[in-house]
Amino acid sequence: MKRLRTRNHKVVLNRSVGGDVGITVVLAIFGVFMFLPMYYTIIQALKPLNELFYFPPRFYVVNPTLTNFSDLFNLMGDSWVPFSRYIFNTVLISVGGTFGNLVLASLCAYALAKIDFPGAKGFFWLIQKSLMFTATVTGIVNFITLSMIGWIDTYLAIIVPAWCSTLGLYLMKQFMESNISTEVLESARLDGASELRTFWSIAMPMVKPGWLTLIVYSFQGLWNSGQSSFIYSEQLKTLNYAISQITAGGVARAGATAASTVVMMIVPILVFVISQSNIIETMGSSGMKD
Amino acid sequence: MSNNTEKQVKTRTEMTKAEWTWFLVRRNKTAYFMIAPFMILFFIFTIIPVALSLVLSLTSFNMLEFPKFVFMDNYITLFLDDDLFVTALKNTLIFAAVTGPASYIISFIVAWFINELNPKVRAIVTLVFYAPSIAGNVYLIWTYLFSSDQYGIANGLLLDMGVIDSPIKFFQNTKYIMPLCIIVALWTSLGTSFLSFIAGLQGINVSLFEAGSIDGIKNRWQELWYITLPSMKPQLMFGAILAITGSFGFGGIVTALAGNPPTEYVGYTLTHHLEEYQNNRWEVGYASAISFILFLMMIGANVLVTKLISKVGQS
Repeated sequence: MKRLRTRNHKVVLNRSVGGDVGITVVLAIFGVFMFLPMYYTIIQALKPLNELFYFPPRFYVVNPTLTNFSDLFNLMGDSWVPFSRYIFNTVLISVGGTFGNLVLASLCAYALAKIDFPGAKGFFWLIQKSLMFTATVTGIVNFITLSMIGWIDTYLAIIVPAWCSTLGLYLMKQFMESNISTEVLESARLDGASELRTFWSIAMPMVKPGWLTLIVYSFQGLWNSGQSSFIYSEQLKTLNYAISQITAGGVARAGATAASTVVMMIVPILVFVISQSNIIETMGSSGMKD
Repeated sequence: MSNNTEKQVKTRTEMTKAEWTWFLVRRNKTAYFMIAPFMILFFIFTIIPVALSLVLSLTSFNMLEFPKFVFMDNYITLFLDDDLFVTALKNTLIFAAVTGPASYIISFIVAWFINELNPKVRAIVTLVFYAPSIAGNVYLIWTYLFSSDQYGIANGLLLDMGVIDSPIKFFQNTKYIMPLCIIVALWTSLGTSFLSFIAGLQGINVSLFEAGSIDGIKNRWQELWYITLPSMKPQLMFGAILAITGSFGFGGIVTALAGNPPTEYVGYTLTHHLEEYQNNRWEVGYASAISFILFLMMIGANVLVTKLISKVGQS
């Protein structure tokens, strides 16, 4: 038996010591499996050339160095698109796409969650189902649409479709539904506030975790976006693509690959660390009620 | 409403259903303006493409000439004349059947295991498990862990211990491609649904467990089945949708690790087949047929999973 502490009282739960030990052991094994590749990436990135080719491979580094990181810029310095350009592209796409998604999805989520209008349920049902539609299914027609508008091979081909990404909207709508009290909105409306004003100055401040989560999700998705069939000019391609090119260089670039992977992973991980509690709070209402 | 004269004002009971709906539509104009920007883009880039891909799948279309209607020809060719499609279909089903349920169950079990940890420890453990799913293409590191020379960890250790004499070409060897890709896929699969499960577990009212304890629940497994899982049905549904999307769209990891096409088409999926016809051969009608089959399989999986989840918590 074990006591589970909660904020207000203690609860006695059926817990056996054997079970606790078993769970800890399984978690530890899984945890090591999850963590080792990440750890090894970081170690590789810090290894000088002679240690990268040491046999058998080592799980630690003797003389850590940052040359691999500066190599990244030199390595791509010879190609006509500098490494910094890939970073710029990725940042531009991530920020542009996230901002649009935040504005459009928040507006839409608010209306769907807090205004009772004909069709609201139907629209939301579509959005729920569309969580299943991968880019693979929609890609063909999107290519045709984008080439008709003339956006193929421009940043817009990546940025604008990201504005209507549904996962953020879904989470936001669910969160708004359970975290904004209808009474507060009603009284604002009675005071004569317009729906837009109620949205902006009353609803939005109440769902900070919701929009933080939306930002994180949208940003991560775009940051990690790789080669796209909508973009073919080298100077418009993303960091993710550049890294796969470096990796294709094989063993000779082991250090640079590890370094670029570290650059790539550090940003989304930091973003998550900062926003973790907000994201978990948002996820509390992520459930799907038929 | 302000300009209505007395004659025009009707009460709800006097209106037909259509009139009442129209009244509500007019009264909620703002709501439609608020959803319009998102919804218009959503229809253009998601809903219409899915619908159109069904139409295109019945045509022969090369993006240059106007689509020619061929009815079921594409589907017939796929199943009867395209061996590669059958291979891709089989691989996709294997990947989906393994990685889908496995990632779902692992996400849940880990979330459940860490639920009772102290919040600070839980946050760290969450990060360790969640990080691979968001860390870009960090999975490329697996090409080094299992690289085909002695400097890869796997080969290095096996050589050093004398288990093998020469390095194994893991990602070229047909024996290892599928299992390795599945392992890497699982490694990156504790994503959004994992977080949703963590939050769902945190949200369960503790008094339910107390009551269960009094009602004769003997161990944590009974507690899981009779209290925890039923309380989490909404999260389970949400997680299932994401697991389906992830597992049927499988392909990117294979390309990154084993190349496209992989050796002897082991691990070649519908995603690869679709990309081949869409991007390289420009047979858009044919590619649409592949994408529509993929879509139908996802819908089917969703129906099946919904049924299974509704059984949760029944004795």
